[in-house]
Amino acid sequence: MTSSPSHLRLPAVPLIQIESLSVRYGSKTALREVSLTIPHGSITAVIGPSGCGKSSLLGALNRLSDLVPGCTVSGTVRFGELDVHAADTNVQDLRRRVGMIFQKPNPFPLSIRKNIELPLRERARFSRAQLDERVERVLRDVGLWEELGDRLDDSALKLSGGQQQRLCIARALALEPEVLLMDEPCSALDPISSATVEDLIVRLSETCTIVVVTHNLAQARRISDELAFFWVRDDAGVLIESGSTHRVFRMPHAELTAAYLQGARG
Amino acid sequence: MADIVFVSRRHSGQRIDRAVQVLVSLAALGICAFFFWIVSDLFAHGFGELSWSFVTELPRDAGRGGGIASILVSTVAILGVCLSVSLPLGTSAAVLLAELGAREDRFALLVRRCLDVLAGVPSIVFGLFGNAFFCVALGLGFSILSGGLTLACMVLPILIRSTEEGLRAVPNEYRMAAAALGMTRSRTIFRVLLPAAVPALVVGLVLGIGRAVAETAALIFTSGYVARMPTSFLDSGRALSLHIYDLSMNVPGGEAKAYASALVLLALLLVLGSAALGISDRWLQRRMIRI
Amino acid sequence: MFRFDRDRLLVWWLRIASGVCAGIVLLIALFVVRESLPALREVGLGRFVTDASWHPTSDAGSGLYDLTPMLAGTLLATFGAVVLAAPLGIASAVFCQFYAPTWAAQGFRRVVSLLAGIPSVVYGFWGLVVLVPIVRMLAPPGPSLIAGILILTIMIVPTVALIADSSLGSVPESYLLGASALGMSRTHTVLGVALPAASSGLWTSILLGTGRAIGETMAILMVCGNVVALPDSIFDPVRTLTANIALEMAYAMGNHRSALFVTGLVLLGMIALLVAGAGRLTEERRRG
Repeated sequence: MTSSPSHLRLPAVPLIQIESLSVRYGSKTALREVSLTIPHGSITAVIGPSGCGKSSLLGALNRLSDLVPGCTVSGTVRFGELDVHAADTNVQDLRRRVGMIFQKPNPFPLSIRKNIELPLRERARFSRAQLDERVERVLRDVGLWEELGDRLDDSALKLSGGQQQRLCIARALALEPEVLLMDEPCSALDPISSATVEDLIVRLSETCTIVVVTHNLAQARRISDELAFFWVRDDAGVLIESGSTHRVFRMPHAELTAAYLQGARG
Repeated sequence: MADIVFVSRRHSGQRIDRAVQVLVSLAALGICAFFFWIVSDLFAHGFGELSWSFVTELPRDAGRGGGIASILVSTVAILGVCLSVSLPLGTSAAVLLAELGAREDRFALLVRRCLDVLAGVPSIVFGLFGNAFFCVALGLGFSILSGGLTLACMVLPILIRSTEEGLRAVPNEYRMAAAALGMTRSRTIFRVLLPAAVPALVVGLVLGIGRAVAETAALIFTSGYVARMPTSFLDSGRALSLHIYDLSMNVPGGEAKAYASALVLLALLLVLGSAALGISDRWLQRRMIRI
Repeated sequence: MFRFDRDRLLVWWLRIASGVCAGIVLLIALFVVRESLPALREVGLGRFVTDASWHPTSDAGSGLYDLTPMLAGTLLATFGAVVLAAPLGIASAVFCQFYAPTWAAQGFRRVVSLLAGIPSVVYGFWGLVVLVPIVRMLAPPGPSLIAGILILTIMIVPTVALIADSSLGSVPESYLLGASALGMSRTHTVLGVALPAASSGLWTSILLGTGRAIGETMAILMVCGNVVALPDSIFDPVRTLTANIALEMAYAMGNHRSALFVTGLVLLGMIALLVAGAGRLTEERRRG
C-alpha cells in the first residue's frame, strides 16, 4: 500500500498556512512558533510524544481554543483567504468548514438521525426529504447505512465505540466540510474498529483535506501524504520537521526525527 | 459505615458501646414512632370522610359539609400561576449560572448570593411581601394571581438549584462536540444540554410544587380566604392548606373535614415525592451506566 | 453579518431573567423596609420593647406596641425546640451512620425525608387535635408553650438529622479506620473522632434548624394559644412574632400594619444572622 492515495495529485496548493503559531494556556506555552503548510487534498499526519501540543494545534485551526479559559493564540493561521483568528471571522462558519473528530467518540444523547440532523438544521431550512437524503448519504459514506439504516431512531449511545466514532464522522461530513481535523480518532477503539475507521479516513481524503493526530507511526506511514513531527523543547511543543511522509521516513533531516521514527514498531 | 469492624479490647468498652447503641436507636425509634403516630392518626380519622363526592362537591356550611372541589380548583390555579412564572425565569437563571457562570463571574456570583438569601426567607415574610407588593402596590388585591406570584418567588431557589445541578452534570464532551460542529450556543443549550438535564429539571419542579402546595402562611394574606369556586385569576381563592387551617381553627366541628383534607394534601405530596424520587433514581442510574 | 445574533439575544434574556430572580430578594427587603418606616418613624424602635403592652388599636396615645411577649414567645419556643431537637437529630444521625445495619439506615432516612415533607399546617392540625388535649390533661388550658415546643421539635428534627447525617457521612474513612486500628471502641471513635471531625457540619444543621424554628408560623399558631403575655410556666399559652403577624395582618391598618412589618424585619434580621453563620461554617469546612 503506497503512502500516497492514487487520486489525482493536485500541485500542492496550500489550503491552510500556519505562521509562527504559538498557543499558551496562562503562563504555560503549549506550542511555540509553529510554521506549517497543509496542502489541499492531502492527509497530513501530526506525530510526536504526549504533551507536545498536537491537540492544541488542532484547536487553533478551528478556534476551539476560544473555549479554553486562559488560552491565548499568537501568530497567523490562514485558511484559504481567511485569517482564522481575526476578530471579525465568523467562527460558526469556520467550524463547519473545518470539522473536528475527537479522540473519545461524543455523539449527542439523541437518536442517530437527530445527531446528524441537528447541526444541519442551523445551516438552512432543509425539507424532510433533503434531510433524509443527506442522512443516508453520509451514513453510506462512513459505511454505517447497512447496519443502522433501519434503526435511525435508536439512541446513538447504544452503538459500539467504533460505530459511535463513525457516526461522529458522518455527523461532521453532513456539513460538507473542506477540512477534517482528527485528534487520535482510533486510539479509543479496538483494533478492528480502528482498521475500519482508518480505511474510512483514506476514502474521505478524496473529498476532504485531512489533518490527523496519531500516536501510531505505522498508521501514519500507511495513510498520510504529509508528516509533521513535533517534540517538546524548553517546556513547549515545537515543530521539528515536516514534509512528505515518504521522504521523512526515508531521509529524515533531523536526528531527533530519525531516532523517533526508529522507535516505530510496525 | 456501620460495616467497619470496631474492635473493643476492654470489657467495659463493650458495655458502653451497647448502651450508646441502645440510646441512639431509641432516638431513631422515637422519631419513627412520631411519624407513624401522626400518619396513622390522620389516616384513622380522615379515611372515613374520603369519597368521590368529597373531591367533587363544593364546601357547605363553612366547610363542615360537602367537599373540597372549589378548594382543589383554587389550589391548582394558584399552582398554575406559580409554575408558569417560575419555570421560565428559573430555568433561564439556571442556564446562566451553569453555562455562562465562568464568563459572567461577578454577576453570576451576585445572583447566586441573592438566591441563597431568598431560600432562607421565612414564609410569613413572603406573605408580608406578597401583600405589600402584589396585592397593594400592583393592585392585584386578594387573588389567585397574587398568591401564585408570591409562591413563585418562594419556589424559584428550589427550581434553580436543581436545574443548575442537572446542567452541570451534563458531560462536557457534548458541549465540545456541538462547538466543533459550529453550532451556536443557543442551539446547543436548547437542543442538547437542556434536554439532557430534563430529569433534574423535573425533580426540581416536583420539589417546588411540593413546597408550594404545603404553603399556608404566604397565602393567608395574598390569595384570600374565600371558599367559593373562583371564576377568574383575579378572584380570591382558598388553597387546600388554608382550608385545613380554617376548618381546624375557625370552624367548630370542622375537624372531620379537616382530617380528610389533610389526607388529600398528604396523598398529593406523597405522589409528588415518590415521583421525584423515582425520576431522580432512574436519572442517577442512567448517568452511572453511561459513565 | 447578522446584527441580531441569536446567541447575543439569548445572553441578554438570560441576564434579564437572572436579574429578576436576584432582584426579588432586594424587592422583598425594599418593601418590608418601606412598609416598616411609618411605624419606625412615628413609634420609634425603642417603644417596641418599652411600651406597656401590645394594643396597637387602643386609643391611649397612638397605640401600644410592646413586642416583648412575642419576642419571648419566639425565643422560648425556638430555644426549647432546639434544645430537644439537636441531640435527638444528631443521635439519630449517629445511629444511621455508625450503629444501624444498612436496611435500617435507609428505612430511617426515608421516614425522615417523609417527615420533612409534611406541611406545617398538617403538623399544626395534628398538634391541635392530639397534642393539645394531652397537655390539657396534664395542665389546662392546653394550647401552650410546651405544645409549641414539642411540635417545633418534631418539625425541625428532620432538618437537623438529615444535614448531620450527611456531614457525619463525609468524615474521611481514613480517620475511622485509623481509630479502629488503634483498638478504639465504636463509641469512643464516634465521640472522639467522628463528631469533632464533623463539628462544623453539625453546627450548621443546628443553625439551620433554628432558622426553621424561628420562621415557623402555622403550626405554632395553631397550638400555642396566642395570648399576648409573658408565660409563667411552660403550660401557659404564648404568642410568637410569626403568629402575631399572621393573626393581625388581615385587619391591621396604618401604624398597626406598619408595626407588623417591623416584626417581619426583625425576623428577617434574625434569620440573616443565622444563615450568615451557617454560611461561614460551610466556608470554614470547605477550606479546612
